[in-house]
Amino acid sequence: MIQENCRIVDHSQLAPRYFKIVFSSDHIAKTARPGQFVNIRVSNELTPLLRRPLSIHQSDPEKGTFTLLYETIGYGTELLSKKLVGSELNILGPLGNGFEVVNDIALLVAGGMGIAPLGFLAREAIKSKKDVYCFIGAKNEGLVLCEEGLKSLGAKVTVATEDGSRGEKGLVTHSLEKFLKDFRLTIDGKRLTIYACGPRPMLKAVAAIAAQNNFECRVSMEAYLACGIGACKGCAVDTIEGYRMVCKDGPVFDAKGIKWE
Amino acid sequence: MGIEIAGIKMKNPVMVASGTFGFGEEYSELYDLNRLGAIVTKSVTLLPREGNPPPRIVETPAGMLNSIGLQNDGLKVFLEKHLPYLSKFTVPVIVNVAGETLDEYVDVVKALSKENRVDGIELNISCPNVKKGCMAFGIDPKLTEELVKAAKKASKKPIIVKLSPNVTDITVIAKAAEKAGADALSLINTIMGMAIDIKTKKPKLAMITGGLSGPAIKPIAVRMVWQVAQAVKVPVIGIGGIMTAEDAYEFMLAGASAVQVGTANFVDIESPLKIIEGLKKYI
Ligand SMILES: Cc1cc2nc3c(=O)[nH]c(=O)nc-3n(C[C@H](O)[C@H](O)[C@H](O)COP(=O)(O)OP(=O)(O)OC[C@H]3O[C@@H](n4cnc5c(N)ncnc54)[C@H](O)[C@@H]3O)c2cc1C
Ligand SMILES: Cc1cc2nc3c(=O)[nH]c(=O)nc-3n(C[C@H](O)[C@H](O)[C@H](O)COP(=O)(O)O)c2cc1C
Ligand code: FES
Repeated sequence: MIQENCRIVDHSQLAPRYFKIVFSSDHIAKTARPGQFVNIRVSNELTPLLRRPLSIHQSDPEKGTFTLLYETIGYGTELLSKKLVGSELNILGPLGNGFEVVNDIALLVAGGMGIAPLGFLAREAIKSKKDVYCFIGAKNEGLVLCEEGLKSLGAKVTVATEDGSRGEKGLVTHSLEKFLKDFRLTIDGKRLTIYACGPRPMLKAVAAIAAQNNFECRVSMEAYLACGIGACKGCAVDTIEGYRMVCKDGPVFDAKGIKWE
Repeated sequence: MGIEIAGIKMKNPVMVASGTFGFGEEYSELYDLNRLGAIVTKSVTLLPREGNPPPRIVETPAGMLNSIGLQNDGLKVFLEKHLPYLSKFTVPVIVNVAGETLDEYVDVVKALSKENRVDGIELNISCPNVKKGCMAFGIDPKLTEELVKAAKKASKKPIIVKLSPNVTDITVIAKAAEKAGADALSLINTIMGMAIDIKTKKPKLAMITGGLSGPAIKPIAVRMVWQVAQAVKVPVIGIGGIMTAEDAYEFMLAGASAVQVGTANFVDIESPLKIIEGLKKYI
């Protein structure tokens, strides 16, 4: 973990409200693990005051760069989207526990911007010779991210859009459920873990599907953060073991442990 | 830069404020804690506290609301884990204490008094985010006096009393604390506030109200420090929205002998260090 000024080396728009930004930082690029995030000071003014957390989408230890994907949803992310290549932002990271790839089969489920941390996980899982299946859910074709990239890495990709403009029509959780029906019979003894990131209702649905099928499931949770390092107790998520901190104990949690209601 | 407050010797007059720095563990990965004037710990209560349901924080213009609800591991874990960790450093440790009843405060104060590594105790009689106790003491001069007297009787350690801004006249409480033997006063704790999401028409915090901190509260804090500094003889520690050395110096001009930095720790990990460095220009 380090706090430092990082230079923007690339910044581009992927869809009306989706952006990709690349920063240079040797430390973060070398130490980041999938599922971890950085906390960015998007402005030196007093509003917005707090940093904004974004997941690490990719890191390149050789080049000393790391990439984030983000959606503009409010003041902080709007400000970020206007930052120019060459300028510097103050970044704290890498933070959080990250995903652990243990089993033979990794089944990744992304809802919207949820692809951000899962892209990094897919790459690492493939590197360590796991079978990787990706389910990408989006509102429409224009908002489907990373499909080609993941395919070229060797992941098996299923896309679901709510309006049916690409891939299967409907919610990504529906595609997942359909897929598992047959697939679970073919994995003969291999162990499988589901990793999910996206809006809370989607995570809840994925957790239920995993539980029905008796698969392990890890979810990346969100909360408002203040300190980002576990000191302020502001980012509580309710679990069966009591309140846990999204920034330090998470953002990745065992789906079984989350109190979804 | 060195000062002595309530008998606690500090390298510089810049401390980190309770609840924004945990017990120092997280921040110690980022810089040498010995550079600070003192560390004020998260509030310690007799028994562990789970804290309030989420959402617990929300950002507001130039500030934030929090309703953490004093989540902490309780006295036992503090003594077994957090205090030994802090013993690795030489920086003065001021333990912030909260409770629901007078006896709870006294029990914690007594236990802390036996610890060499505890340099001072800050009584939090000003947390707005718990149903029982705490701020109930800090808005009533009689209860304040009783509590401070009991704490002084229970301990030889310096006692700092942390005041609430959520009162009509803060000098009345300040004088009550001084009369009861407080060695110093610190102020302000957070100001009760509220924010509503106009889309969902619901409060943004699960507890509905929370405590406002950050630059937004600085003018109120400076005013209260100025009022209290004139009303009492004991040293006053200024807290509230301090982001820069200039902010800290402003509090000193208002009568504060030292300052605590809170919310700024979230914005820039190094802000206390930058404030210490920057203050050299002024004092
Ligand atoms: C660990 C972690 C990793 C994240 N990774 C990514 C990522 O990779 N890409 C990405 O696009 N986003 C990510 N997010 C979410 C991102 O941090 C928020 O979208 C961002 O902070 C919003 O800031 P803003 O100033 O633009 O919006 P604000 O003006 O703060 O908020 C706009 C609206 O969004 C709501 N909102 C904002 N933040 C949150 C939140 N954390 N939870 C629930 N509701 C919220 C607010 O209530 C408000 O209605 C992550 C969040 C966390 C906690
Ligand atoms: C997240 C958070 C948690 C806090 N917890 C405590 C606490 O446990 N005990 C206490 O006395 N004050 C607590 N405070 C109050 C601060 O110590 C300080 O008095 C207040 O935030 C004003 O200073 P600031 O504007 O510099 O943050 C907390 C403040 C914040 C923001
Ligand atoms: S944001 Fe402070 S503990 Fe998580």
